[in-house]
Amino acid sequence: MKFEIDYKTIESVAGPLVVVKNVRRAAYNEIVRINLQNGESRLGQVLETADGYAVVQVFGPTNGININKTSVTFLGETFQFGVSDDMLGRVFDGQGKPIDIKAEVVSSEKFDVNGSPINPISRTMPSDFIETGVSSIDGLMTLVRGQKLPIFSGSGLPHNELAAQVAKQASVKSGEEFAVVFAGIGITHDDASFFINEFKSAGSLSRSVAFMNLADDPSIERILTPRLALTTAEYLAYEKGMHVLVILNDMTNYAEALRELSSAREEVPGRRGYPGYMYTDLAGIYERAGIVKGKRGSITQLDVVTMPGDDVTHPIPDLTGYITEGQVFMSRELYNRGVYPPVNPLGSLSRLMNNGIGVGKTREDHRGVADQLYGAYAKSQDSRSLSAIVGVEALSDTDKLYLKFGEGFEKQFLSQGNDQRRTIEETLEIGWDLLSALPDGELTRIKREFIAKYRKNKKD
Amino acid sequence: MGVIEKIAGPLVVARDMLGVNMYDVVRVGNNRLIGEVIQLQGEKAVIQVYEDTSGLTPGEAVESTSLPLSVQLAPGVLQTIFDGVQRPLDIIAEESGAFIAKGVEAAPLDTKKRWQFVPTAKKGTKVEGGSIIGYVQETPLLKHHILVPLGVSGTLESIKDGTFTIVEEIAVVDEEGGKKTPLRMMQTRPVRKSGQYKSKFRADEPLITGQRIIDTLFPVAKGGAAAIPGPFGSGKTVTQHQLAKFADSDLVIYIGCGERGNEMTEVLTEFPELKDPKTGRSLMERTVLIANTSNMPVAAREASIYTGITIAEYFRDMGYNVAVMADSTSRWAEAMREISARLEEMPGEEGYPAYLPKRLAEFYERAGKVETLSGKIGSVTIIGAVSPPGGDISEPVSQGTLRVTKTFWALDAALASSRHFPSINWLNSYSLYIKPLAPWYNKNLGEEFVAMRSRVMDILQREAELKDIVQLVGADALPDAEKVTLDVGRMIREDFLRQSAFDAVDGYTSIRKQKAMVECILHFAARAESASKAGVRATLIVAMKIRNDISRTKEWNEETFEEDKNKLLVKMNEEFDALVREETGAAEKHEKKPEKKVK
Repeated sequence: MKFEIDYKTIESVAGPLVVVKNVRRAAYNEIVRINLQNGESRLGQVLETADGYAVVQVFGPTNGININKTSVTFLGETFQFGVSDDMLGRVFDGQGKPIDIKAEVVSSEKFDVNGSPINPISRTMPSDFIETGVSSIDGLMTLVRGQKLPIFSGSGLPHNELAAQVAKQASVKSGEEFAVVFAGIGITHDDASFFINEFKSAGSLSRSVAFMNLADDPSIERILTPRLALTTAEYLAYEKGMHVLVILNDMTNYAEALRELSSAREEVPGRRGYPGYMYTDLAGIYERAGIVKGKRGSITQLDVVTMPGDDVTHPIPDLTGYITEGQVFMSRELYNRGVYPPVNPLGSLSRLMNNGIGVGKTREDHRGVADQLYGAYAKSQDSRSLSAIVGVEALSDTDKLYLKFGEGFEKQFLSQGNDQRRTIEETLEIGWDLLSALPDGELTRIKREFIAKYRKNKKD
Repeated sequence: MGVIEKIAGPLVVARDMLGVNMYDVVRVGNNRLIGEVIQLQGEKAVIQVYEDTSGLTPGEAVESTSLPLSVQLAPGVLQTIFDGVQRPLDIIAEESGAFIAKGVEAAPLDTKKRWQFVPTAKKGTKVEGGSIIGYVQETPLLKHHILVPLGVSGTLESIKDGTFTIVEEIAVVDEEGGKKTPLRMMQTRPVRKSGQYKSKFRADEPLITGQRIIDTLFPVAKGGAAAIPGPFGSGKTVTQHQLAKFADSDLVIYIGCGERGNEMTEVLTEFPELKDPKTGRSLMERTVLIANTSNMPVAAREASIYTGITIAEYFRDMGYNVAVMADSTSRWAEAMREISARLEEMPGEEGYPAYLPKRLAEFYERAGKVETLSGKIGSVTIIGAVSPPGGDISEPVSQGTLRVTKTFWALDAALASSRHFPSINWLNSYSLYIKPLAPWYNKNLGEEFVAMRSRVMDILQREAELKDIVQLVGADALPDAEKVTLDVGRMIREDFLRQSAFDAVDGYTSIRKQKAMVECILHFAARAESASKAGVRATLIVAMKIRNDISRTKEWNEETFEEDKNKLLVKMNEEFDALVREETGAAEKHEKKPEKKVK
């Protein structure tokens, strides 16, 4: 432990950055406290350190900082966050201060907010099926415990409803409950109260922890909020043996804060002004999902990413997709057609699906049914665009069947109520209802024995 | 001994560093973090640190090891999983638990374990760098030959037989000038320097992977280089895993460079249980894993590629065929970009350093089939995954890679989303190895194979053109003959090219079975064409029962597929004969030799 040293030597303040001179031996990533003359204090972190100066990033606004009067205390440690299981049921701001009631949380242990990378050989391969009760996810892009699966959405799409629905309904076969750690990153007051109310109404607030950095809160705080949430989640998962579902909403705001910080530091910008290290930085957040050998709990991440301009090639969803284990892709077109949840299977994927489905987990025919539904829906889209050109009449009989399949798929399989919970068996049965309208010869992706066993005989 | 002056992310500036060499390895700070000197300015050195620098403080000491970044090579390398700077992850886990702590010192190889060394050289033999003096049976799959380190040459004065650790003396070389050099099993090699060999050949043998679209349509040669770019979710990693499992190389070096942690875990849990199709032994026995996942320090990611390729060259020098899978080289390039930006170098395209294409070329040129210094033939094949932003391959990493690789597997997001795997696009992909490999195909699969391949490519091309027309006028407007072509194209795509990585039988198809499958489809194409000419309606051909059988050819057993094929051809001929008889009243002449019809 180092001595805390006070400096009154601020040289410059620009954007979120404060340069302190005549500093002796500040550690890289060390935490500082910035003491304003009115008694207020803010936290900051050392981004660059050298003999004689340190560049500090302030978590919070920089208004009120005065070159003559403000002092900076170097705390001699990297960012530690105190956690305890009393945090369950509480709501915090983006810096981890309670905002629901005045009582402070007495923290039992402190952890570095940046975490440490999990050694790949100490990971356990995620393989426990999570039943979210949402047909599109369970049937086609199955979520497993320990996975990180983002929702790729757009402004105005119901990703909040879907995230809340999953948080409320998620369960595993063995019946253990999930604790939910929610991080609101730059979300509106409205969305924040939506989530709190959802948790309250489902009676799950007592097993939830919420961190709320709101849209009008300082943007640099957003760098911190997901890290606090994950540090809390790691404590609950690895020290307390709980299965934790972490919802980071919305990572686009996080990435924008990162860009803001980068441009304040005058770094060489990468694509669209985002810093070149954004991939590494995002990975430091997403990779904190997982299961660790020898620990009882797990961390599953459901991250919301709103794609600017619905563009999946934008750097934020693009880099996210390269790190996460799949994505749930929301489609404006489906939404406009009245489908809830408007999950488009064609852009969606769960990379860990195979580990979580099949005999003993879901059902033996799950893989085949999912592949066939994917394939058939893709074909129905071809038939649809063909019919737009040549007219329905000119379609071949097979194309007509597929066209009909596509409509049924959207109405019966994809669509469900936002409080409707379907079991995996119900989901697969709806799948078979739809597939049974196709001729046998089209079902090339399902094993013959399963076709014989599960195919419905009705021909209509 | 120097002193830290400044820290910014993974970069550290130290003063009092006069005397260190460029690219020397240094230990930084009180935690003795591993770093490498990447710039010298007078008495100052810029160091890239391979670990998290949080908590590092100006004033802490920097110590030079006076050695370049190197790997240790000896028995014990196989079946190990290393990080980017060759620290074994299991030792790190023992030292620091499930989470990787800073400054863990972990020796790359076990120096206590004893190995049975069998000498093959005798006292008095003339040896030089690269000569083989004996071996250790490291795993039942692999003899680990012991090589004389580069730079040593002379006469073997003595050589021992027995069990030794990798650091004990096993032989002594009497060098010119009377210098006696003891040899140990372990040697070190600098990673940034390409290894030595006598001469390089043109590749003339395919790397058989069991993946139909690769082996039949777009092969890569042993000693060649292939690039596999694609957007996320298009199946890069699954394809790399399939190649690592089934490629018929003697060894696989799998470099997980900046990718997902769970993917490495998957390899670790899956590979020990998988069997090598040739020998029936566990795949791990021929595998070295290097894992620097996306959340591990960025500088070590930059090094991981070099660590991997240097290990590959070492085994090549024993006369083995080594396959290197690098997933993903884009993360490597990004690590370079990140370091370059922190050095405030003038950025080139998209912020990448101007030397990116050079570095890419240097890496891929370390592939090749060579005559080793000891006169054996060995090869290194590199298969590099590229992750272009948004799947757009006009970006610098993809372009730099395509200039130096000869096989290009174009992954296609549209195919992936309709669950057509492997989602390698058959129209955009290419392999420049077809010609150099033709003699091998002629010798091993018969003269007709190359022609069959061209015929398949032809049909696929024709199908794509017809599909464009169908988009405009509808399928009904096509003449019958073209409807048949459309149908055969679909058959090739769905019944041959599509292959499930997760199915025990379908996951691996031997090259001979691949040929048998193609034969069936092409025979169908030929018979359908002549039937159509004879006046049989396309709707009847498309509805034939035999098509169901063709769609199940991927389920054929590896032992009995020749029989299955012959049965299927007979059945097909019968059905066609009957159909033609019914439709035209006259049986078409039975064709006995289907292969001959292929042109």
